[in-house]
Amino acid sequence: MGSTISEKILAEHAGLNKVEPGQIVKAKIDLAMSPELTAVLTYKTMGEMGFSKVWDPKKVIFVIDHIAPSTNIQNTTLHQQCRSIARTEGFETFYDINAGVCHQILPEKGHVYPGMLLVGADSHTCTHGAFGAFATGIGSTDMGAVLGTGKLWFKVPETIKVEINGNLPKRVSPKDVILRIAKEIGADGATYMALEFTGKAIDNMSIAGRMTLCNMAIEMGAKTGIVEPDKATLSYLKDRVKENFGVVKSDPDAVYTRVVKLDVSDLVPQVASPHAVDNVTPVTEVVGIHVDQVFIGSCTNGRLEDLQVAAAILKGKRINPSTRLQITPASLETYTAALREGFIETFMEAGGVVCNPSCGACFGGNNGILAPGEVGLATSNRNFKGRQGSPESEVYLCSPATAAASAIKGVITDPREA
Amino acid sequence: MIIKGKAWNFGDDVNTDFILPGRYLELTDPKKLAAHAMEGIDPIFAKEVKKGDVVIGGRNFGLGSSREHAPIALKHSGVDAIVAESFARIFYRNSFNVGLAAVECPGVGRKVKTGDKVEVDLIEGVINVNGEIQLEIRPLPEFMLTLLNEGGLVPYICSHLKDW
Repeated sequence: MGSTISEKILAEHAGLNKVEPGQIVKAKIDLAMSPELTAVLTYKTMGEMGFSKVWDPKKVIFVIDHIAPSTNIQNTTLHQQCRSIARTEGFETFYDINAGVCHQILPEKGHVYPGMLLVGADSHTCTHGAFGAFATGIGSTDMGAVLGTGKLWFKVPETIKVEINGNLPKRVSPKDVILRIAKEIGADGATYMALEFTGKAIDNMSIAGRMTLCNMAIEMGAKTGIVEPDKATLSYLKDRVKENFGVVKSDPDAVYTRVVKLDVSDLVPQVASPHAVDNVTPVTEVVGIHVDQVFIGSCTNGRLEDLQVAAAILKGKRINPSTRLQITPASLETYTAALREGFIETFMEAGGVVCNPSCGACFGGNNGILAPGEVGLATSNRNFKGRQGSPESEVYLCSPATAAASAIKGVITDPREA
Repeated sequence: MIIKGKAWNFGDDVNTDFILPGRYLELTDPKKLAAHAMEGIDPIFAKEVKKGDVVIGGRNFGLGSSREHAPIALKHSGVDAIVAESFARIFYRNSFNVGLAAVECPGVGRKVKTGDKVEVDLIEGVINVNGEIQLEIRPLPEFMLTLLNEGGLVPYICSHLKDW
């Protein structure tokens, strides 16, 4: 029997020829990333374990992105601590408040490559599976062990193959695909498993779209989402990655615990209603619901391609006076490219507020908190009760196209009619 | 290992924003985190929970973020065990890593009510509810039991560094 890409990567990093799902292995880590909200905890834990230095300052990256710039003294202190650790330890790379969302900047800056084993003290670390890496989110104690030893134990996951075929209709996007898949698999349907995305629609999908799919694997409980590297992957990585890497793919006779198939040719825009990510319906079932705030951004949908879609819909229009529109490009690179393309001007002329790259709005940290009774529509990844502010607020999740079209009308709107 | 206390049942899909809302992530002191435990779903829990109490859940307890602030807040609020029908992966690992027992028990979300007196026996693998009914819990993998016995991953690594 053959192996999946996930099994192969874990086997290689554990120094084994082959691993089986369920097996517990100890594997060597290629890159360990912590955002500031967990970084200090992870470092403190490392110290409690008896280590005075990280195992390899070239392989540890801290990113100040969750609340950036700081909003209060407590936060600034946390930022200071991160900078001080990075300086003392001699980290080769450190990303400060001007860089952007960790899951966007790691690939942009060439830290992610196929076949690597990457852990992050943030649940959306699974995003990097879009490049054929095995990438997973861990807690701060696990990260403490990684910082001290460069190793961590893993249970080899079973894999669900998600085969996506067909051509996406106009104004239907990878976000709609992954929301539809979340409905199919459910919020705990992939717990402890890997989701391997394959099929013609993936072959034709941009890197940004693949990142959107892998990003939301965790919303089904998965340990990671992963896409086999192909020409598009290699072309994205070509001028970014310095590391030598090989391309790992699944064997034709690899064993999957389940196969989920979806033809997207007739897919319509999807929306996840409060308060669960798998509470998904076609947009047509929720059109007309008033929204107080529309948020376009996050590690799910804050990339240039997302901003382009939103700008095309908002060009020359004004948002509805009963709603506010907030756009957060995912990184500095994305922001400057969007400036060059004129998207930022379009958003501003439409009445939107453009924030600096950060995570704040997605998790109710800062930059656009919902008040009791308010309804938010967001391109991010979670709509848990209270996620973006008051426990008495509601969040709907959608694609950038649906978000932009809805901002113009002030109510949830089918983007195919915008 | 026997844990005795009052049950607090929060049902299915108890996510990490319920357990510790994102606005408190800047806190690092376990006692301060504990003051906000479960605030996203029950603002009185943190004030009334007592040492030894047991949090009960249905399916997919702990879904969402990797924030270890969540199990830390629960542990330092006094909770000694979480018993649920199933757990989300990162939360499950984080709980054991901070020395908080997370055990699976089919049907527990429907069979135990808030206020019930429960006794969780991790070695025998049973939960006694009000001294009346007994529910079986899934046996813990040996490694997880060792982690708990040693107080979490920090002391574990300190004493097992050679084999890590």
